[in-house]
Amino acid sequence: MSLDVTSIRKQFPILNREVRPGVKVVYLDSTATSQKPEPVIEAMNDYYRRFNANIHRGVHTLAEEATAAYEQAREKIAKFINAPAAREIIYTRNTTESINLVAYTWARANLKPGDLVILTEMEHHSNLVPWHILAAERGIRLEFIPVTDDGLLDLDAYRLLLSQDPKLVSFTHMSNVLGTITPAQEIIKLAHEAGAITIVDGAQSVPHLKVDVQKLDVDFLAFSAHKMCGPTGIGALYGKANLLEAMPPFMGGGDMIKEVKLRSFRPNSIPAKFEAGTPAIAESVGFGAAVDFLNSIGMENVAAHEHEIIEYALERLEEIPGVKVFGPSADKKGGVASFTFDGVHPHDVAQILDRDGIAVRAGHHCAQPLHEKFGIPATTRASFYLYSTKDEVDALVNGIYNVKKVFG
Amino acid sequence: MDDLYREIIIEHYKNPSYRGHLDPHDISFADNNPLCGDHIQIDLRVDKDGKVTDARFDGHGCAISQASADLLIESIIGKSVEDVKKLGKQDILDLLGIDLGPVRLKCALLSLKVLKAGVYGLGEASDELVE
Repeated sequence: MSLDVTSIRKQFPILNREVRPGVKVVYLDSTATSQKPEPVIEAMNDYYRRFNANIHRGVHTLAEEATAAYEQAREKIAKFINAPAAREIIYTRNTTESINLVAYTWARANLKPGDLVILTEMEHHSNLVPWHILAAERGIRLEFIPVTDDGLLDLDAYRLLLSQDPKLVSFTHMSNVLGTITPAQEIIKLAHEAGAITIVDGAQSVPHLKVDVQKLDVDFLAFSAHKMCGPTGIGALYGKANLLEAMPPFMGGGDMIKEVKLRSFRPNSIPAKFEAGTPAIAESVGFGAAVDFLNSIGMENVAAHEHEIIEYALERLEEIPGVKVFGPSADKKGGVASFTFDGVHPHDVAQILDRDGIAVRAGHHCAQPLHEKFGIPATTRASFYLYSTKDEVDALVNGIYNVKKVFG
Repeated sequence: MDDLYREIIIEHYKNPSYRGHLDPHDISFADNNPLCGDHIQIDLRVDKDGKVTDARFDGHGCAISQASADLLIESIIGKSVEDVKKLGKQDILDLLGIDLGPVRLKCALLSLKVLKAGVYGLGEASDELVE
């Protein structure tokens, strides 16, 4: 079934925006953050207009309604990734905080000097730097699954690393630069056979693919609301209940405690144990609405639509002389096209595209080691979502020809 | 917007006059713009009176960062190191002949930051140097 993109686009008010008189926005930056549909914006407005109150402990009607909405959203998010229980969903600020939570709690309780953590060469800085910090503090050892020239993970090299008794394998499910969809189920299975715990960075996969934590058998999954039609400021960490229960708390404060004495405390049970302080309540309501919105369309349909768009985009981009797209073929990737254009720096490409209202991203996309691997300082990245159209791909291609005119 | 890609900028980007290295040199410094990975290295020769007798830059980055480096190097040859220390944001904008938003300003000012960190003998090209 193909998506009714015209009716989907009508639900995203920003897609109608003119960035300058007569120049409509062509939004090709959804990998950085997605746009928000009316139902999500409305759900958060509704919260502030009708039942804004702090959650938990309050017995008044507004507090009860706010608490119920906060917890209902957690249930929706759990179902969305097929988590066995809602208490296995911890609200965080974003994917970065979710990964850091595991690094600061599980990893500090379980990793000793010399212990091996396996990452990959295509990680976002958010799945590199927390481990660099831990390596400096604790002397853990980091090894990386290499990326092949066509942008895939080298699983033979991974198998060799697994023979060195790893304690943790933490990797991205979809590269935010190459678009590569990694064989997560296989990587996790092999990790478990080697006795390691697994973390999947789902920042790019959860918004674009059907992700099922039970099928993957993943131990931790990190993702952000804002890349999946939801608001900024909220994300989630899924963790298997037995692991979360055994972990020490992350931040200390209100809500995360069962009992506090002057000189001691007892932590709350999960998920509250990891949610200190007043959380992003309106955002949780928006997160839940985003999940409803995506469910109403169907993640299989979202993925199929994006596949059609990326296939077309790769075909059109590759016909432009001087353009080189990085990453695997369309069948192995999501809706991300990072490219270089001979003789023109990505910043200049992005700036000139902006003249036509085309929003792309330029830089190393928080994946500097990956760019170094390919011997390039930066790329221009166009990325697609359920509201993207082939007309927008055409606009991008025409825009790149305009760049050529400026640079002669 | 079209202003950003004035002929002078495209020309200095594509055909820089001062790209290269000086060996030997009296001062050499390099740094990156962490936001976009642009990289600039600057080599200087300074005579006993404290005058810059020759200078070169190398690196990679967008048209704005590379053109402003070329224009900057052109402007400092023959100047005293004391005068170089006094250069600021407005001098770069005057060289480019354009006004820039906050993001592209960082590109334009990278070469000046590197230059000033070099002449002051600092370990890092910080933003305060070009405010």
